[in-house]
Amino acid sequence: MKNKVVVGMSGGVDSSVAAYLLKEQGYEVIGVTMQIWQDEKELQKDENGACCGLLAVEDARRVAQYLQIPYYVMNFKKEFKEKVMDYFVDEYLHGRTPNPCIACNRYVKWESLLQRSIGIGADYIATGHYARIRQLANGRYAVCKSATDQKDQTYALYNLTQYQLAHTLMPVGEYEKEEIRTLAKKAGLPVAQKPDSQEICFIPDNDYAGFIDREAGERVPGPGNFVTSSGEVIGQHKGITHYTVGQRKGLQLAMGHPVFVTRIHPDTNEVVIGEGEDVFSCELFCDRINYMGMEELQGTKRVLAKIRYGHKGAYGVIEKVGEDRIRCRFEESVRAVTPGQAVVFYENECVLGGGTIL
Amino acid sequence: MNDFIYLDNAATTKTAPEVVEAMLPYFTINYGNPSSIYSLGSTAQKAVMESREYIASTIGAKSNEIYFTGGGSESDNWALIATAEAYASRGRHIITSKIEHHAILHTCEYLEKKGYEITYIDVDENGIIKLDDLKAAIRQDTILISIMFANNEIGTIQPIKEIGQMAKAHDILFHTDAVQAYAHLPIHVDEMNIDMLSASGHKFQGPKGIGFLYIRTGIKIRSFLHGGQQERGRRAGTENVPGIVGIGKAARLAFSHMEEREKKEKELRDYLIKKIEGEIPYCKLNGDKEKRLSNNVNYSFQFIEGESLLIMLDRKGICGSSGSACTSGSLDPSHVLLAIGLPHEMAHGSLRLTVNWENTLEEMDRAVEAIKGIVERLRNMSPLYEDYINKNK
Repeated sequence: MKNKVVVGMSGGVDSSVAAYLLKEQGYEVIGVTMQIWQDEKELQKDENGACCGLLAVEDARRVAQYLQIPYYVMNFKKEFKEKVMDYFVDEYLHGRTPNPCIACNRYVKWESLLQRSIGIGADYIATGHYARIRQLANGRYAVCKSATDQKDQTYALYNLTQYQLAHTLMPVGEYEKEEIRTLAKKAGLPVAQKPDSQEICFIPDNDYAGFIDREAGERVPGPGNFVTSSGEVIGQHKGITHYTVGQRKGLQLAMGHPVFVTRIHPDTNEVVIGEGEDVFSCELFCDRINYMGMEELQGTKRVLAKIRYGHKGAYGVIEKVGEDRIRCRFEESVRAVTPGQAVVFYENECVLGGGTIL
Repeated sequence: MNDFIYLDNAATTKTAPEVVEAMLPYFTINYGNPSSIYSLGSTAQKAVMESREYIASTIGAKSNEIYFTGGGSESDNWALIATAEAYASRGRHIITSKIEHHAILHTCEYLEKKGYEITYIDVDENGIIKLDDLKAAIRQDTILISIMFANNEIGTIQPIKEIGQMAKAHDILFHTDAVQAYAHLPIHVDEMNIDMLSASGHKFQGPKGIGFLYIRTGIKIRSFLHGGQQERGRRAGTENVPGIVGIGKAARLAFSHMEEREKKEKELRDYLIKKIEGEIPYCKLNGDKEKRLSNNVNYSFQFIEGESLLIMLDRKGICGSSGSACTSGSLDPSHVLLAIGLPHEMAHGSLRLTVNWENTLEEMDRAVEAIKGIVERLRNMSPLYEDYINKNK
């Protein structure tokens, strides 16, 4: 019996090549596009053109037909709303800056898709991520850096469980980005040369605050004070959901020199403003820990820590300081440690674990 | 895969071979434009006329009351929008139901944006319109009642005659979306006081892309497509001659064996229902047991996702549906199932099987066996099911 694998297909190059590679490797491949947020009302609002969600379905379906694999659209709107959109809004209301892609990966792409895929008889799910899954010497599964340097996607995958990793394939991780494009061309895959999108998929206009206003309505705290670290009021802000730690632009404060957001206090509805050096920290704390390559943290450990997507990483020493709390002391201070973002710990290019910055 | 079992005849049907045969000459030999003066054109024109006359005769209408369209959705759009526009000076209120096809519901939403007021009537737990509610909804400015003849998801047949009487008594126009009913059930537009009726060819073994709208003589209704003088100037565009020939032939076939067909389908339907009830626990038949299309079976299976069930059925070569085929390929809980009061989780676990008289009892057996296995498998993975079993031990 051939192993069955469900490939999550977005209609883009990477996941299309993932499906192609697995089919070549002899798997019985089923293509699935996850419908996650486009709802009918939004469809109707978009009167000027087809919406992105449906275009993705069309592209993915075309690839599946070309590869002669069965293809389905699965509805994950409910999971996505609860686990990603509501979480996103809630974190902002609490003065934090969330990373919705991490939540989506853990709870929607993996938890829900994997469960439903196993439900329809699959052994694995697969994606087009640039990452590799390795079983380490200690027997644990970890996400490790892919062959390509330019497109490391391990950061957003740190929160996957051992069970999820054991049932996941990431065939694209073995290749360079350019090789994937070449493979797509060689295989004749009918995929658009779409640029990779950077914005958050459910906020295509990039107006986070506007999105939160629409979603949260009355729960959105109104304007409040900009204060200095000593508590001196220096101006009015538009509402804490408009700001993130490290932000300089759009503060509309005439201080005569660049100032930055250094903290957000949801309880007092204050945004703390500081000078350049105030945005640097030499340590951070995190909770909501997920252990990946290491089973448990004992004593101290020197790791490379990434504090946001695209951060090249900084060396530091981690130590458990509570049941679900880790402190990371950096060797050199890092800029804009942002509550709500993930910190991910690496050793030898593999993810040991990570948590949410406090 | 050749060995599949097709149980989605409410979505579409196989075009009958006789229909295809009747259509072919109108592609290859008699391809003239019906509006042309030479004989090639008049051959086509004659075929269109014959088809129109026959179809008119099947519902007790006159041939000049039948307008060919691109299908059921176009007919529905036309009936609603053109009536709303033509009668706006009399009123801007329309009554419909909560379980209509999206071709009606989304057109109503469009009209709401244009300043019309729509009342969506409730249905009972079997999906039957509440006539008292309908009566109560009628106002001075009501210009149109649009209620479907039979529901596409749960097969419920509405009290069309009573609705027609009520509309007539209040001097309100009555449109019915009969896409699932035409050529399956006897329809008479005068006896039922139907002013407008939508139908679609591919629901009764005719071709896709052709349907008609019946419009009673005397009704003011705006042209839908502007251009040439086709369809008496109300629906411009060169006639889809092969399609019109096809829908005419399909209607002839359907009406020639309507009773026999309905009897066979009922037998298959009832066998399927009995078998599912007997072999699969925790399920519920949706829709009315009696006032029901003879081809429709719709079940909700507790503790499972209809989506997974459909995908696994497809893997086994069984074509079913979870309701309307007109969604973008992905399933939201059906508005029909929610309207009959099903909780979300039951609405999610639903399966529609619609038979054709050419199906066999053996196919029903195979289908139920497959459904049973899949439902068991999905339930064994469901935490809800586990909780339920533990609680009821």
